[in-house]
Amino acid sequence: MRDKLSSLWRFFFGDSARAFGSASIILLVLLAIAPAKNHFSQWRHYQKQYLRFIRGRADAVTLERHFQGGIQQIWIPEQQITDRCTTCHLGLKEASLTDVSSVAFRKHPVIPHSLTEFGCTTCHRGQGAATTLQEAHNATEQWEQPLLPAKYIEAGCGQCHLENQIGTPFLNQGRQLISAYGCTHCHTIKQPDGTYIIPDDDPPSLKHIADKTTREWVYAWIKDPQAYAGTATMPNYHFSDDDARDISAFVIAQSTPLEPPIQPVKADAKAAADPAAGTTLYGQSFCASCHAMQNAAGMMVGGNVGPELTGIGTKVKPEWLQDWVANPNHYDPGTMMPHYRFDAKQAATLAGFLESKTEPDFVANVHLEPATPAQIEHGKRLIVENGCASCHQINGIKKPENFAPELSRIGSKPLNQLIFVEGVEHTLPDYIGAKVRNPRAFGPSLKMPQFKFTPQQVDAVTTALLALTDRAQSQPPAMRIASVQQTKYEPAGRAGQLMRDLRCLTCHRINGHGGDMAPDLTWEGTAVQREWLAHFLKNPETLRPALIRRMPKFNLPDLEINTLADYMMTVYQTPEFDRDSLPVSQLTPAQVEQGRQLFYSKFACQSCHIADYKADKGYIGPALAGTGQRFNAAWVYHWLKDPQALRPGTIEPNQHMTDDEARSLTAFLMSLKSSGSKEAMKK
Amino acid sequence: MKNALIALCVVTLLMAGCSRTSKQPAPLQATATGATIVESSGGKQIGYAGMPLDQPVIVQVNDASGSGLAGAAVYFSGPSGVSFTPAAALTDSSGQVTTNVSLGQQAGRYKLVASTRDASAKTIALQIDEIALGYQQTVGAQLNGQYCVRCHDPESTPQRVSNMDNLSVKPHSFTEGDTLNKMSDADLIAIISHGGAALNKSPLMPPWGYTLSKSDIAALVSYIRAVADPPYEAGGLVYAQK
Repeated sequence: MRDKLSSLWRFFFGDSARAFGSASIILLVLLAIAPAKNHFSQWRHYQKQYLRFIRGRADAVTLERHFQGGIQQIWIPEQQITDRCTTCHLGLKEASLTDVSSVAFRKHPVIPHSLTEFGCTTCHRGQGAATTLQEAHNATEQWEQPLLPAKYIEAGCGQCHLENQIGTPFLNQGRQLISAYGCTHCHTIKQPDGTYIIPDDDPPSLKHIADKTTREWVYAWIKDPQAYAGTATMPNYHFSDDDARDISAFVIAQSTPLEPPIQPVKADAKAAADPAAGTTLYGQSFCASCHAMQNAAGMMVGGNVGPELTGIGTKVKPEWLQDWVANPNHYDPGTMMPHYRFDAKQAATLAGFLESKTEPDFVANVHLEPATPAQIEHGKRLIVENGCASCHQINGIKKPENFAPELSRIGSKPLNQLIFVEGVEHTLPDYIGAKVRNPRAFGPSLKMPQFKFTPQQVDAVTTALLALTDRAQSQPPAMRIASVQQTKYEPAGRAGQLMRDLRCLTCHRINGHGGDMAPDLTWEGTAVQREWLAHFLKNPETLRPALIRRMPKFNLPDLEINTLADYMMTVYQTPEFDRDSLPVSQLTPAQVEQGRQLFYSKFACQSCHIADYKADKGYIGPALAGTGQRFNAAWVYHWLKDPQALRPGTIEPNQHMTDDEARSLTAFLMSLKSSGSKEAMKK
Repeated sequence: MKNALIALCVVTLLMAGCSRTSKQPAPLQATATGATIVESSGGKQIGYAGMPLDQPVIVQVNDASGSGLAGAAVYFSGPSGVSFTPAAALTDSSGQVTTNVSLGQQAGRYKLVASTRDASAKTIALQIDEIALGYQQTVGAQLNGQYCVRCHDPESTPQRVSNMDNLSVKPHSFTEGDTLNKMSDADLIAIISHGGAALNKSPLMPPWGYTLSKSDIAALVSYIRAVADPPYEAGGLVYAQK
């Protein structure tokens, strides 16, 4: 063995000539390594493949002219983008390569941005500077930013677009869920534009909870909120029976009676509750606009602004229910529920009806012994430990600050700062998804509770969280489209007090503040006539034949109606034009006739609107049979000229009418004075 | 010495080869073999690229008399990028198998296959078509939902009453490939932008060119192409197994 080695050595390095020759060869080989690596590199392979591929095509000449060999790079220094993806992805801009089956050579799908201005890794992540497939697409030890899976791609948009975009339904849904499920009660999320994501789930105060419900119900609820109502947003903390017993003990013990106290139900008021009248009143008051309830067929019917009422009779005490129906402000001054002007009999009827909606099974198996001081003390400790006061107001417990980790940059969290558990792949999206889906899988001692999300909702929330990146925070502000924040607008004076009492802004938006269930009222005073408004407030009628949700009847006295109508007519006017600038007296019968022609023939308005209940059937826009009594002519005219200018997002298209056409149509519409849609419908 | 080296090489190569073999799911023990396999629900859904479909796909294996058969093995497969949970299962007591499907990353039509074996061990297969929307088609789908669907979709839902019955000239549903596939993109863009009257068609279709942007209208056309049934020929890739 030794002899062999030494003879080899002599063969190569025996004398100086041999040594020189051998060393030269070794040197040459060493020098050849780098060019060889370059020559056989992966990206050259792709470029050769691409050239072979386009040569077989009819448009080969054009494609070859566009082709540039060598390493390609999109460089945007101010955004720290160095993307060499286009070295291999050679067909991204070639319109003719839309239907190519190889991803590497296919045209990029249509998006609103130019690839050269935004780069690739802004949205897709991955290693822009890498030139091998493995390093560019996947996580390696040195580069730990893998490509974002396609199902989360909208997270890329969400880095700059902080407002909702029509093309990003999942990102929008994720953000909506984060607000609706109150994630930001515990986790702070500061958006790149400096605003905070504000929760809008409105968890109730527990300061007077014993006036409202029983300890048994509290126990059953905290054990499993969704068992009471599938729509409940409160998560499940998986409390043990003993923990739930002690928490319910403390929750009831800390409760103080309301001031002034809730009156017990009078015997005669109880007798007034009859189911038929209750059902009617529930319908007339349009409770279902906000509240869902299971009907006889087991279908959930109603809105999701307020809590589900299917088991309300099991949940709340009868005297509380009657007090609440009569005036919700008494128990909760911050509620979204309007103060209906029910008389005592109506309140009793409605409360009686709701009381009959029970789910006795929910509390049937709950039997609690009276609480001991030790149990109450333990319950309090559990409440502090689990951060219950992050959401609920509780006597004697302060709202904890930053109870859970801040998530403002969660989308860029380095993997080495995360603790993975078995079964979760080592990527950030998988980590976030797993946390949202089943947080307790990360350890039984973790406090984050179990939310009830569908797999699709988990993906949506994950998408919204992945958008919260370092890049989003450090982006030049000019790149950002700020989020739309609610203003702090409040109507003023006596009318303002009334509007707050009636919670108009729960459904309507005015000057950028309020809900989106009902029309924006910012310019209502320009749009409608005062008589109509007063009539509508007194007795709301169906305006849109195909719409289910409708304005409730609040039973307002005339004085309040006049206050509201006067205020709205005076204050809610557009600065763009004067509502009296087109007096009806200026419109001639000839214009009315011409307008009728335009309505039915040229513009075919009857496809969406009803001008004559006997002839027309259009179901999309509001019925126009009463336009002459409802609207001001100037509003109708300006609306016809450009509907979106008066109400952005309205579905009525701009028909590009001439001034004369709009004037004639206005004349025709203002001549329509059919009163009482329902009677007309019957005919 | 030499032999040892060769042996080492062989062992290394073998190990390398072994690590490449993919995990095969344990074969299902079918207790019955069906005669036919039919789609119960979940076909022709409009989903999004890279995302799970809203509804699961349910197929049913029937025996020779046409009633559901329990215990038959059903295997799902699709083009690359499509995943099934589960990818294989035995039929339940009513003869059905339910699987959740996640579509591939590319927009287009996906042809999925559900298969089972009959008594003579011959594979019987069922094709299930699904549609994945990309970004542009998603924008189109949203615009459709906001502006078009109430006249162009004959179906009513609790949230949205269809207006189609109220119209004297019935609009085309966007899935009506037989009619809409014959129209060019330029035709569709013209009729959406200028309305029916301008093109000697029904004035009930209003012009949208002053309300929607050019890219909005292009997005709508891409959506109409994506959902056409039968499929629009130039309307993107059809992803099928090779």
